[in-house]
Amino acid sequence: MRLSNLPKGAPAVVDRVDDAHPSDPIAQRLRDLGFVDGEPVRVMAIGPMGGDPLLIQIGSTRFALRRSEAARVAVRPEAA
Amino acid sequence: MNASTLPLSSLRIALVGNPNCGKTALFNLLTGGRQKVANYAGVTVERKEGRFTAPSGRVLHVLDLPGTYSFDANSPDEQITHDVCRGTHPGEPAPDLIVCVADATNLRLHLRFVLEVKRLGRPVLLALNMMDTARRRGIAIDVAELQRRLGVPVVETVAVKRSGAQALIARVDGEVPMAAPLQPDDAASRADLHAQVRELLTASVRMPRATALLDDAIDRWALHPVFGLAILAVLMFLIFQAVFSWAAPLMDGIQAGMTAFGGWLTQALPAGSALHSLLNDGIFAGLGAVLVFLPQILILFLFILILEESGYLPRAAFLLDRMMFKAGLTGRAFIPLLSSFACAVPGIMAARSITDPRDRLTTILVAPLMTCSARLPVYTLLIAAFIPRRHVIFGLFNLQGIVLFTLYLLGIVSALVVASVIKRLRRDKSEHALLMELPAYRMPQLRDVALGLWQRTVIFLRRVGGIILSLTVLLWFLSSFPGAPAGATEPAIDFSLAGRLGHAMHYLFAPIGFNWQICIALVPGLAAREVAVSALGTVYAMSGSDSALVSQLGTVIAQQWSLATALSLLAWYVFAPQCMSTLAVIRRETNSWRYVAISAGYMFALAYAASLLTYQIARLLT
Repeated sequence: MRLSNLPKGAPAVVDRVDDAHPSDPIAQRLRDLGFVDGEPVRVMAIGPMGGDPLLIQIGSTRFALRRSEAARVAVRPEAA
Repeated sequence: MNASTLPLSSLRIALVGNPNCGKTALFNLLTGGRQKVANYAGVTVERKEGRFTAPSGRVLHVLDLPGTYSFDANSPDEQITHDVCRGTHPGEPAPDLIVCVADATNLRLHLRFVLEVKRLGRPVLLALNMMDTARRRGIAIDVAELQRRLGVPVVETVAVKRSGAQALIARVDGEVPMAAPLQPDDAASRADLHAQVRELLTASVRMPRATALLDDAIDRWALHPVFGLAILAVLMFLIFQAVFSWAAPLMDGIQAGMTAFGGWLTQALPAGSALHSLLNDGIFAGLGAVLVFLPQILILFLFILILEESGYLPRAAFLLDRMMFKAGLTGRAFIPLLSSFACAVPGIMAARSITDPRDRLTTILVAPLMTCSARLPVYTLLIAAFIPRRHVIFGLFNLQGIVLFTLYLLGIVSALVVASVIKRLRRDKSEHALLMELPAYRMPQLRDVALGLWQRTVIFLRRVGGIILSLTVLLWFLSSFPGAPAGATEPAIDFSLAGRLGHAMHYLFAPIGFNWQICIALVPGLAAREVAVSALGTVYAMSGSDSALVSQLGTVIAQQWSLATALSLLAWYVFAPQCMSTLAVIRRETNSWRYVAISAGYMFALAYAASLLTYQIARLLT
C-alpha cells in the first residue's frame, strides 16, 4: 500500500521508498528524512483543496508532502 | 575521550544542523548578533560570520550556516554548508570545530545528520538545543549515555534564554575534542545511519509522547479543511483592518509633530527664500509625507513577526499549497514569496533554498509582485484620500481595510497567474516538490518581536534619512531651477527641469489618467517606491503657494485628482516597475541581464495595462 492511499489517522509502518525514476533526489531526501523500513507513520491531515498535500507524521516530525511524493513511500497498515 | 592538549588562542567554529533547530538563535546569543530568526525551515540562506571572546581570552570565530537535512545537498544554500564543512568552500579553511545543533525534542530526525557530520573526520561537538521545551514535555535524555555512545562531547543549550549557551561556551573554551575517524560516504552506510539513530534513542532517550499534545489540538483546527481556511482568512483580514484602525491616532500625532516642527524651524527664514522653500516644500513636505506611514508599517510587521515566531506560517503554506502547485510553483517558494511582503530583496535571496534552478528562477521573477512594505505608503495615502471610512458588512469591517486587503490579494493572484504563464511557456511537465517540515508551535518571544520591530524602524528611518532625503533634495532642485521668467503667471515648477520632464512624460501616461505631477513622482519612485509619495509631497508643495500644505498631501490630492486617477495609480503600484535594488539583486542572483530585462519589462507592461483598464473602466462608471 502507498502512503498516499493511507486513510487519515490509520497507523502504519514504512516499508520502503521507491525511486520514481533513476537516481530520484526526492526519494533519496525522503529516506534521509527517516522514511525507512519499520518506522511508524501516520496521515495527520489532508489539504483543503483537492485533498493535497498530506500532513505526515513520522517520529516526532510533521512533514507536508504532495501526493506524488507520498506515493513513493510503500507502507504496511497496522492494526490499531 | 582524548583531546588535543595544544592551547589555541583562536578557534574557528561552524554551527550546522537540520533546518529550524535554532542555529541562528544560538549564533546571535554567542556573538551578540542580530540575524533574523523565525520558526520555520530555511530562514538562513547565507553563511554568516561573527566572533566573541571566551572567558579564557580565546577568540572564537563563529560561522552560522544554512540548515540542511543531509550532506546530499540539493539546493544552493545546502551546498554552502556542505562545502564549508568539507573545507572546499573557496577562501574558507575548514572549521577547527563543528558544532552540531540538534533540536532536543526531535532527536530521531536530527541525530542522523549529527552522525553524518561525525563521519567527516573532523572535531565535532553536539549542542542539544531547546532543552527547556524538551523538559517541559517530559522528554528524558541521558546526556552522559548519549555522549558515551556517540563518542562526541554533548552539551545542553537553550538558545532563547540569555544564559542558555553557558555550557557550550565553557566547552568550546576548553580543549578541542579529537576528530572521529573519516568514514566513506556511500548508500549502504548511509542507510545504516538510521539504525544507529534508533540504537542511540533506545539507550538514552525516553519520550512520553511523539509530539506535544497542544500542537496536535491546535493543528486539528488550524489544518481543518473548512475551519483552517476560515481561520486563515479571518486572520489576514484582521491584520489589514488593524493596519488602518490602530495606526490612525499615531499617524495624526506624527503629522501634527512634523507640521509644528517644520513651522518652528522655518519661521525665522524669509518666506520667499530658497532655503525656506527647500526646508518647507522639499524636506518637510517630502519626508513628512513618508514618515507618517511608520506606524502602519510597524503594525503590519508586528503581525508578521508574531506569525513567524509562532510556527503558523508553514501551516498557511500547507493550506494554500494546492494553489501554488496549480501555478507550477514549488512548495518551497512559499517562504521566499512571504519574505517579499517585507521587501523583494531578501525574498529573492531566500529563493536560494529552492532545489530546482528553473523553479528558483520562476520564484525570483514573481517575488516582486508580492506587495512589499515600500508600497504600503503609496497604498494608504491613496486609500485614505479616496476611499470613504465606512463600515460595511454589518458594520464589522472598515472599507479602507477591505480595499487594502484586495490590493494585497491582487498581488498574490497576479504572481500565481504569471507563474502559470511561465510554466506554460516552458512547457514544464516536471515535478515540483513540497517536502516541507511543519515546526512545533512556539510562544512568540517578546524580546524577538521587539527587536524585529526596532530593526524595521531603523531600516525605515535609514531609508527616509538616506535615499529618500537625497532624492527629495535632488527633486526640489530639479523642480526649482530654472526659475520662472519674469511676468509668468503659471507656478514656477512648470518652467523647471522636473516640470518639463513631467509634461513630456504626460503624453505617455495621459491614457492611464496620470497627471504631470504623478509622472514626475514616478521617476524617483523607481529608486525606492516610497519616494513616489515624498516626491508628490514636494511637487505639490512647489506648485501650490499654500505653505500650510506641509504633510497634508492626502487632502490636496483628494481635491485635485479624480477617483479614476487614484484607482489607476493604485493599480500601477500593484505591479509597479521594480525598484533599482530589486533589479540589482535579480542580476546578482541569476547572474544574467536577460532576466533583469524580462522582469522589468513584464512588470512595466502589466502595470500599464492594469492602469489603462482601471482608468478607462472607472471613468465610464463615475
